[in-house]
Order: sequence, then structure tokens, then C-alpha cells
Amino acid sequence: MAAARGTRRVVAAMRLGACLCVVGPVAADETAAVPRTPDAAAVAQGEIIVGSKKFTEAVILGEIATLLLREEGWPAQHRRELGGTRVLFSALERGEVDVYPEYTGTIRQEILRELDLESDAELEAALRARGIRMTAPLGFNNTYALGMRPEMAARRGITRISDLRAHPDLRLGLTNEFLDRGDGWPSLRRRYQLPQEDVVGLDHDLAYRALAAGEIDVMDFYSTDAEIDYYGFRVIADDREHFTTYDALYLYRADLAERAPRAVRRLESLAGTLDEAAVRTLNARVKIDGEPESAVAADFLRAALDVEAEIREVGLLDRMRKRTLEHLFLVAVALGAGIVVALPLGVLAHLRPRLSHLILGIAGIIQTIPSLALLVFMIPLLGIAAPPAIAALFLYSWLPMVRNTHSGLRAIPLPITESAAALGLSSWGRLLQIELPLATPSILAGIKTSAVITIGFATLGALIGAGGFGQPILTGIRLDDYGLILEGAVPAALLALLVQWLFDLIERAIVPRGLRLRSAN
Amino acid sequence: MIALQAIDKSFGDQTVIRDLDLCVERGQTLVLIGPSGCGKSTLLRLILGLYRPDAGSVVFDGRALEHQDLRQVRRRCGYVIQDGGLFPHLTAAGNITLMARQVGWPAERVRTRLATLSEMTRFPTDGLARYPVELSGGQQQRVALMRALMLDPDVLLFDEPLGALDPMVRYELQEDLRRIFRELHKTTVLVTHDLAEAGYFGDRLVLMREGRIVQDGRFEQILRHPADAFVARFFQAQRGHRPDLAGGETATSPTAGARD
Repeated sequence: MAAARGTRRVVAAMRLGACLCVVGPVAADETAAVPRTPDAAAVAQGEIIVGSKKFTEAVILGEIATLLLREEGWPAQHRRELGGTRVLFSALERGEVDVYPEYTGTIRQEILRELDLESDAELEAALRARGIRMTAPLGFNNTYALGMRPEMAARRGITRISDLRAHPDLRLGLTNEFLDRGDGWPSLRRRYQLPQEDVVGLDHDLAYRALAAGEIDVMDFYSTDAEIDYYGFRVIADDREHFTTYDALYLYRADLAERAPRAVRRLESLAGTLDEAAVRTLNARVKIDGEPESAVAADFLRAALDVEAEIREVGLLDRMRKRTLEHLFLVAVALGAGIVVALPLGVLAHLRPRLSHLILGIAGIIQTIPSLALLVFMIPLLGIAAPPAIAALFLYSWLPMVRNTHSGLRAIPLPITESAAALGLSSWGRLLQIELPLATPSILAGIKTSAVITIGFATLGALIGAGGFGQPILTGIRLDDYGLILEGAVPAALLALLVQWLFDLIERAIVPRGLRLRSAN
Repeated sequence: MIALQAIDKSFGDQTVIRDLDLCVERGQTLVLIGPSGCGKSTLLRLILGLYRPDAGSVVFDGRALEHQDLRQVRRRCGYVIQDGGLFPHLTAAGNITLMARQVGWPAERVRTRLATLSEMTRFPTDGLARYPVELSGGQQQRVALMRALMLDPDVLLFDEPLGALDPMVRYELQEDLRRIFRELHKTTVLVTHDLAEAGYFGDRLVLMREGRIVQDGRFEQILRHPADAFVARFFQAQRGHRPDLAGGETATSPTAGARD
């Protein structure tokens, strides 16, 4: 959850800085190859969706696969930065992603942990049973490692993980996924009998900055990360050989081999083309030098396979238009459905006081589910991209609307409700002619609150591939690029302001004049 | 017209009405009077079916309330409360004509009735388009009165209709109300805690205390022969420290003193 918290904190900070906005340079994440005319057969077989996790190496590998397939004439699309292992693997199983880069150690230790797979042949067979295939390894091993600032390692005399036992005061900042992976912190701690209690979960990219700033003392590295050399951090030896091999390769759906065998052969041609030094260089070009992933991927393809991939940069306006539409779509559908459900629930809570605790309680409980968790819960039911994001936003939109509808109806003074009853109005007549009109200011305020909250929450949708203004924020956090973060945060803040203003107009149009006069007096 | 038979009503552990019997004849104007909390407003709500008695029954026009459609009963009653209870989102005209439109009166009939009522209550026609917040307290009560009279009900139920008005406005409205009562000659129950007002309006006075009726009769009769020490004290208290102002039906308050 710390990643989500971190994101939200950054978003909040960015909103404050909205007036200082400077739109960043052309973003790294929105460049794409221009496909050659794809052959008709390939188009008929539908596009190939490449997925990637939300760290730089995965995005580069996803981009390499995408560009390569496009150059071969396949209409390939890259859904980048979709989140963690579970999100990607379930998307692959559900067929929402056809291909994504993965690591053998992760499959063995995390995805299929309960099977205790030993050899790569066993691994392959187990995947095959699930309708999933793997390519041959790309040629590098990106294993986990623990690392520290060199000064502190030297001062404390720490060279091996075993040495950490003598220093229980050290502060550990670990990737969220590492914190509860089968091969992660719980088993590492058991293996080495580590005493540290001060362990926090952090976004991987933020953890490097935290380690450099001295806010944490030990973190988990991916051994091919560019930051290790860039910051000059010290890797401490895995003297009990806890971490296994994490050979990079692509996982793909078995049906891809049937519908596009040439595409799979093309992916296989990447086997053995990337060693550790090479991939670290690619990572550094993106993370340290700020080059777009697609340009780095295209350079690699040119050098390794003599493939010429064309890159086209998408202009700021086009990017903005796309993200605005994506964001508006998420918010409009979720809020619209929310209104349809929440207002009647609020009315029901008013009409049936015995149900009101239940209804308000449920709406409240939904609100307390951490947003990232809710998004991930939705994946097995609804897959990735917009549907699960909309479902989560829909549920989050309830509380302010249910509560304001209920309290707006309850706040109507007794003499008025009693007069309405004494006149001989039916209970429907009372509700429609008297109570709801009188509650409109409160109901509208509830809808407005929900709308603003939903616009903010929708930025998290990017974590599961729903796009929107969260996409540049996510990439900006990963690449430490404030321009890119602003490119998502500023429009999101402006959209929230716009919606507020729009609701003020609506309020003027539909709140009965007699009520507005009262508020003016 | 209205009969309350052996009514008990309590809220939580607080008993508000105890074993109460009361009959209101057709065309009679009955004033319910008593100290705050004696249960007089509760009686009106019981008649309207806004409250349901714990025991006993309310008979309206010969039939027990629980066997009648409450909406129909309420449409035969006009109810006016202290602060009007006007709907703030509707204009004066909107408030007055709401029920007529609801039950499907043709527009022409609604318009005619509205004109009749605004003349009867001496309410300026240009005020009809105003919202309640734009009206003075006295005007609001005139609108509430018109709303109560709109469907030409058989019964009028007034719960301290003048209680929140300042003396001058109150005086004017008292006169108009009495005139209207006499013109329409409807069965009326008026709740007040003001003795002068009670004497001014009522043919019949019912004095309540702690959920029971302590005395029932004509004003002078009660004044001369208080049923017990409480009634005597109640009259004494209303007379205040200016015994010169007291004295039967006339001059028990500055407003009453000015009439005739």
C-alpha cells in the first residue's frame, strides 16, 4: 500500500503546485513505433497485446517485444506498467495480455510456488498445463540482492547478509512485492535469522531515493538496476545462497503459438541476445539519462538483430487528448453508475431507519478498503484496464452520496414533514414533491464530493492499465521525472476544479429558487 | 364530528395523554388550553393520524380512524401550525394549491379558489408569487391558512397559529381569523396557551393538565367556577400582576381589550 500512499502524496503535492505548472518535455512513455503495413493475415488474427510490469527493465523488454512484432507486420500493442507479478500473470491467464517479460525465479518462487519446481523443464511443463509457454532465456539473470550505502557498510563492517544479524537497528526499506513474496523477506529472514524490526514497504524506484537520502539503510536491489552503479551502492553478498536464478524470458499464451507462430518464432530469436552488462546499460539509458524506452529498445534491436524499428513521438496534445478521454470515461461511467445506486440507497436509508445503519455501514466499510487492494481484488473478476478500475471507483463513489442524501432528507425540519403528511400527501408524493426537492442542495453536494474524489482516485487506475492522468504520474515516479508527474497531476487537478464549477452551475439550475433565497439571506 | 375515546399516548416512558375522552360537535369551535407539555398539540396530531394512540380510538365523522384511509381524512382537515410549516421551495401559490393540483382539480377551479381565499384572508395578490422567505411572519400564517382552507375541509385544526407573531400582527390576524371562523362555520379545534385568545375564539373551552382534561365548559363558567385549585391558579397566572386588566371575557390582554 505504500506505493499507493506515495503516489497519492505526490499527487497531493503536485496539486498544490498546480499554478507553478510547467508542462514537461515529450514523455518517454508515449512514443511508439510506426508499424509497416501489416500483412492481412496478421491483422485478421487480431492484435497482439504485450504487457509489462511497472519497473523500467520490464517496460524496456515489453517495448523490445512490441517493436519487434510490429516490424514483422503484427499489430502489436504495449500495455505498459500494469503493476506487479499477480496482475500480469492473471491478465495473461485471462487472455488480456498475450506476452509479457518474466523471470524464472519469479515463476518458480512466486507464481507456482506451491509446486516446488526444480528444473526449467519442470517449469515449462507446469506452465504448459496452464496454457502458457515460455521462450528461451534472453541471456541475463536479474536476481535479488540486498544493498547499502558504502559508507555505512564499511563503518559497520557489513559485507555479507549474515553480517546484518549483528545490527538489529538497521532500517530496511523493501519493495512491497518483495515483502510478501515466497522468495522474499519472510523466507530471507528465516534463512538468515535476521532480527530487524524496522521494515517498511516502499515503491522500488522511491526506495533508491530513500536509501540515497539516508532514510533507510538496507534495500532490495534487482541486480541489473542502473541505480546501483549510479549511486555507487554496495551489494552485500548472499552468503547462504538464498536467492535463486532469475533468468529473463517472455511468457506467452499457448494460443498465440497457434494463431501467430511466426510471431512466437520472432520472440524466440531474442534468446541469448542480452547479457547482464547490456541490460544494465539499457536500464541506465532510460533511468539515468532519461531516454524514452522505445528509443532504447529500437537501438537494441538495430544492434542485436539488425532490425530497423521506426519511432514516432506522440505530441503533447495527442497524449493529453487520449488521457483526458480515458480519465473522463473512467470517472463518468463510475460516477454515473454510482449516482444510480447511491441516491436510492440514501433514500432507502431515510425511509427505513432500521436499514440506515446497515446501508451507511456498508458504504463506510467499502470506503475503508485500501484503494490499491480494491483494484487488485477486481482483477480476477474483471481483468485489467478500465472495467476493474471503473468497478472500484464506482464502489468508492457511494459514501458521500449515500450519506448526503440520507442526511439531507433527515435534516428537513419536522414542521415541514408533518405539514406534508397532514395535507394528505401520499408517502411517494411527500418524497417526490417535498423531501427530495428540499434535499437537493445536500444531494448535489454529495455528488460533487464524489466526483472530485473519483477524479483523484482514477489516477490509480493506471496501475492496472486503465490509462488516464495516472499514467504519466506513474511513469514520472518511476523515472524521477517531475515534468511527467505534473503532466498527469495538473490536468487531474484542473479537471477536479472544472467539475466543481460545473456542479455549481447545475446547482444554480436545479436547486429550487426558494431554497437559494434562504441561503442568500 | 370528532370523538376521542379512552385515549392513552406515551413517548418512551413519558405519558402524554391519559385515558382521555373528548367529543367535538359539528360546527363547534373548541379551544384547547393548558400549560406547555399538557398534551394539547398531541391531541391534534392524534386526530390527524400523525400519531397512533397506544390505547383507545379516534373516531372521525362516525368511523374509527384505523378503518379509514388516512390521506382522505387528512384532506378533510385543514391544519395550521405555529410557524406555518410552509414548503420553502414552493411559492405562496404553490404551497396553497399543492393538494388541489395533486387531487386533479382543473386549473380554472384552482385559480378561482385561490382568488376567493386571498380575498377572504386579505392576502395581497402580488404576494402569491413570492417564496415563504420573502414573506413576513403574518403573511406566512395567512398563506398557511389558505393552504389549510384550499380543499374546503370539514374540520380546521389550529396549533398555536398566532403564537410566534408580534402583538400588532397578531391582533389583526385574530380579527380576521374570527371573522373567517364565523363565515365558514366549520368544526374547529384551536390550541393555545393564551387565555385571552381562548376566550376570544371559543364557544367551548377545554382546559388540560398533564394529559388529562381538568375542566370543560364555557369561558365565563370556568372563570367563575374553577374546577380545582390548578384552574384557579392558571387563570390567576394569565391575569398576571395587572388585575385591573383582567375580568372575564373582555380585556384579558391588550389585544382583546381593543376589540368591539
